Amino acid sequence: MSVLARDGADAGAQVTKREAQARVVMLSVPQLHCAGCIGKVERALRAEPGIEEARVNLTLKRVTAQTDLAAAALVEVLARAGFEAHPLDMGIVGKDSDPVGRDLAVRMGVAGFAMMNVMLLSVAVWSGAGGVTREMFHLISAAIALPVVGYSAQPFFRSAWSALRGRGLNMDVPISLAIALAAGMSVYEALYGGRHVYFDAALSLTFFLLIGRYLDHRTRAAARSAARELAALESQVAQRMEDGQAVEVALNALRVGDEVLVPTGTRVPVDGRLLSVQAVTDRSFLTGESRAVTSAREAQMRAGEINLGAPFVLCSTAVGEDSSLRRVARLVEAAEAARNSYTGLADRAAQIYAPVVHLLALAAFVGWVSATGDVRHAVNVAIAVLIITCPCALGLAVPAVSTAAIGRLFSMGVLVKSGTALERLASVHHVVFDKTGTLTLPEIGSGLGRLDGAARGVAVALAQQSHHPVARAVAAQLAGTQPAEIDAVEDLAGLGVQARWNGQRVQLGRADWVGGTGVGLSLRVGDAVFALDQDERLRPGAGAAVAGLARQGMTVSLLSGDRAGPVRAVARDLGITEAEAGLSGEEKHARILAHPGPVAMVGDGLNDTAALAAAAASIAPSSALDASRNAADVLLLREGLDALPAVFEIARRARAISMQNFAIAAAYNLIAVPIALAGFATPLIAALAMSASSLTVLLNAVRVGRIRQRPAVVARADLGRVAAGQVMEGQAG
Amino acid sequence: MNVLVVLIPVSLVLGGLGLIAFVWTLRHDQFSDPEGDAARILLDEDERP
Repeated sequence: MSVLARDGADAGAQVTKREAQARVVMLSVPQLHCAGCIGKVERALRAEPGIEEARVNLTLKRVTAQTDLAAAALVEVLARAGFEAHPLDMGIVGKDSDPVGRDLAVRMGVAGFAMMNVMLLSVAVWSGAGGVTREMFHLISAAIALPVVGYSAQPFFRSAWSALRGRGLNMDVPISLAIALAAGMSVYEALYGGRHVYFDAALSLTFFLLIGRYLDHRTRAAARSAARELAALESQVAQRMEDGQAVEVALNALRVGDEVLVPTGTRVPVDGRLLSVQAVTDRSFLTGESRAVTSAREAQMRAGEINLGAPFVLCSTAVGEDSSLRRVARLVEAAEAARNSYTGLADRAAQIYAPVVHLLALAAFVGWVSATGDVRHAVNVAIAVLIITCPCALGLAVPAVSTAAIGRLFSMGVLVKSGTALERLASVHHVVFDKTGTLTLPEIGSGLGRLDGAARGVAVALAQQSHHPVARAVAAQLAGTQPAEIDAVEDLAGLGVQARWNGQRVQLGRADWVGGTGVGLSLRVGDAVFALDQDERLRPGAGAAVAGLARQGMTVSLLSGDRAGPVRAVARDLGITEAEAGLSGEEKHARILAHPGPVAMVGDGLNDTAALAAAAASIAPSSALDASRNAADVLLLREGLDALPAVFEIARRARAISMQNFAIAAAYNLIAVPIALAGFATPLIAALAMSASSLTVLLNAVRVGRIRQRPAVVARADLGRVAAGQVMEGQAG
Repeated sequence: MNVLVVLIPVSLVLGGLGLIAFVWTLRHDQFSDPEGDAARILLDEDERP
């Protein structure tokens, strides 16, 4: 396909069709902001062999590529081009095509078309057309309006019906009643030559409310349940030892007592007892511990740990539903169910509003019948009351604001997964942080800076000989250093790399093998041993985020699964007074539940997942585990935490403006309802009140995006550097 | 008033054309990336491979 054709008008459709065949990888690239970025990203990706097609979506700050390469390879390509990118879970962000959204948009378009045409005819009637002309105009209006109301207003009818069947009331009950009665009464009046018909009101109600419904749908579309995704994290196959041979079997075929081989770099598939002499694993996602953990024979290993050392064998003690991973999944499910029972502002308003409106209309009917005995006039007045009080502005009040707020946050690199998340964020006065992976990032080989030139050369030469992720990280960090000339290279799986340099033995690998202290990475050059401990540094913007939250009068605390030393050091650097160390996932969950008042949780690991789901609102960095990202309401797409205070500020502003919008809608009703009750309402007054209140509410919503950006107190890079030094001291002490 | 016999169908047909155009744009993903489409006109086609 030629380049020109690709950029043609129907490019989108062609890309969608071809997605069915090629594998599609979606990346979020939060830095995208101009035409230059589009060009750079697309050129970089298309130049890469194995990438068939790449297309930037600037609005969503996303790249869609068709490729056989893994998402991680694409991230690397973009990193070389200077763009921070994150693979997206297609499930979280939703598929490219959105049938429900498109359906709502078509209904909206049809309603808009009909509204304009009927409005043209209505204006003629309002400005004095009479007699046969008026009757004809009314009949034409009916011919346009009835099929359109039947088609476009279906979403409201269906939702109202299901609410009534469940013996509840939602906003759609008064809406549906108003639309249906307005259309029905108008047909009667049109057939019998009445003066007032409300076809335009029925249609503009449908149109304005569909705008609200569409906006609402767009913000909701991204939300998804976390529990379903958590299962995907478990490796689906395991290596079972049968007569001394490792055989690949499906995970659900494992039984208690089976011997299971765990190769280097893979996740432990089941809970079990260690049979090998020793194992080195990364538990940071399970427990928050920043250091690799060494276990001896007979130690209890848990599903989800990652084997960093040599392959080891364990005897399974719990499989499937009993494993620790599944227990977390069940906790998340329970907590999600509790949070889904949160009622949004709009629904709470509807619960008060709907009965009031219906009683008012009924009172108008009864009042007019008993006063005049004219049933037709009484019905007209009652329906006019319903139309005028119909929550047109109420239906827009919240969705318009959350769309504006979510759009503003998105431009700051923050992805909000649901509209009610904003309301819950606004109610929070206490923020709980996780440490490992959230406030801090792992820094492999932080001791490299202390090495002299020759040792650096040796380290990079050794690191280049291995494909172990740690070695590759060391090589990347020392990029630009001239590698020393080494020979007799041996790559020993699970231990490290050794070689000869100037007649001396040189090794890079596990501390106990190299002969150093501790469990981290070490380097031996002849007789000298250097500890290149695995360390952590503060995430950029962590200081600014904590300071910003404190300025807003929020309390901040730290709940970590790591040891007390590093936790204290990080807490001190960031000025967090409340910090607890050594907590398990269940304990974090319990702390969140026990906290008086709503809490926001910021975390990334498996040990945070239950806490994230239990908190009133939750935020995860995009580097978080799938399960945590799913449990979180808000994802930070950029590496830094700078945007965090703004998330809360915008959420509170959104709530304030939503309340203002309710007040505006109520104010219009205060003026219009007495007119309707007195029987003076005309279709013209109804149209004016409805359009004016809807437009005021929409315009007011736009204000939510305007917040002042406060400058950070300390330059971010400096803060990270200084604090990282202090963390290292803290760990040494 | 006979002019209405012409004008009303004309207004309906014109409105209907607008509606058809809107549905067409929806079906062809014309609203999936408004910002990108605005920016792409600035891209230099000659640089492309």
